[in-house]
Amino acid sequence: MTIKISVPLDTAQIKRLKAGDEVLLSGTIYTARDQAHKKLVEIIRSKKRLPFEMRGAVVYYCGPTRTPRGRVIGSCGPTTASRMDAFTPALLIRGLKGIIGKGRRSLSVVKALKEQGGVYFLAYAGCGALITRYVKKARVIAFKELGPEAVRSLEVEDFPLIVAVDARGNSIYG
Amino acid sequence: MVRIITSDKIRETVRDLCIKANVRLRPDVLAALKNAYRIEADKRAKRILRAILDNAAIARKESLAVCQDTGLPFVMLGIGQEARITGDLTRAVNKGVEQGYRRGYFRESIVRDPLMRGASGYSPAVIHTEIIRGNKVKIAVLPKGFGSENKSQSRMFNPTAGIDEIKKFVVESVITAGPDACPPYVVGVGIGGTADYASFLAKKALLRSIFRPASRVPAGKAGGRPTGHIKNLEHDLLRRINGLNIGPMGLGGRSTCLGVNIETSPTHIAGLPVAVNISCHALRSARASI
Ligand code: SF4
Repeated sequence: MTIKISVPLDTAQIKRLKAGDEVLLSGTIYTARDQAHKKLVEIIRSKKRLPFEMRGAVVYYCGPTRTPRGRVIGSCGPTTASRMDAFTPALLIRGLKGIIGKGRRSLSVVKALKEQGGVYFLAYAGCGALITRYVKKARVIAFKELGPEAVRSLEVEDFPLIVAVDARGNSIYG
Repeated sequence: MVRIITSDKIRETVRDLCIKANVRLRPDVLAALKNAYRIEADKRAKRILRAILDNAAIARKESLAVCQDTGLPFVMLGIGQEARITGDLTRAVNKGVEQGYRRGYFRESIVRDPLMRGASGYSPAVIHTEIIRGNKVKIAVLPKGFGSENKSQSRMFNPTAGIDEIKKFVVESVITAGPDACPPYVVGVGIGGTADYASFLAKKALLRSIFRPASRVPAGKAGGRPTGHIKNLEHDLLRRINGLNIGPMGLGGRSTCLGVNIETSPTHIAGLPVAVNISCHALRSARASI
């Protein structure tokens, strides 16, 4: 059965999700990958203002291609999540609730997801053209200078995901 | 007979190959994916393979990049010894890459300084040249995504190492990549040469169609050996890797690997270099001869 969820992710929605569940996500999510994570964590450390509200937010590890003329977004699949492992706990402590990427996470990320009540989802890996179907709006909101690594807000509708690590710390990878 | 080939012609060819490679999944890879879809028994694995096939169809139809990681282009030039190239060849290749990537709205994934990083762009590509017979220039472009490039490995074995040790190393490289590099994989293996050359061969192996047999082992004093043992090694590795139950996205299933391509080269009596270059299911390349 496919479960529909929407952003912001509240405790009730999060509690229902179990590793292996297939979900359809709707709402506004934020792209951030390597360099943006480095910056976000620096902002948190220096107690400055984050470019988006972290409480209840969903971050998508994605660096899209350029946007072809007449389209909302270019190819936009997930990138390897483990490269963000070192930065993730700091964002979860600040209220991040959902993460979308591909591949395994470190034990410390799984632990932080459990402690902070967050969920790690997988998007269909290597399917960036297909995923454009679920993105209705896209806009760069921070770190424009990072090009493909800039933070974008994406409005998604029924974005198909698989729960990889649930808020109890159970992982699809065992 | 000497033929003149302008660097402009090379630029245009590289440009078109970059677009073709990134937008159209290679026919052999597509056929292997369809086959994997047909025989996959695991339900979720089958659904993921369906999504991968749908993705390829959408990319082709709508001229979108198959994957947002449009890679670091690996460009192989086979230059006929009787071809005379006018203009600046390296510049022409990089210009072609830039123009193709811009025209295709691909991603700027290349940082000029590996340590200082900074803003990313479309070039330079990694360019290899080989001198070949004839008066043509053969060009192959393989845009390699880094999710899978990051899982490359190489090891210098003792010359007395058995074939089982090599098999173990290749299989373990795939286990290490696990779910992270977008399985089902195509595994390129380079055996022989030197440390650097084996790594080059592992990448070059990915250019060959999954269904085409390995190139012949070059004839040496020993009279050259038939490629039968390499073919057997490829088949055996493929079977073993597909028994790992990694599956599409690493969520289980028998479709872990679409093909194993091995390239070999003569080597030194004291060594046995082996390199593995793993490609994700989005194995993209295109070639032309001018
Ligand atoms: S590993 Fe391949 S399919 Fe996966 S994101 Fe990278 S380039 Fe795309």
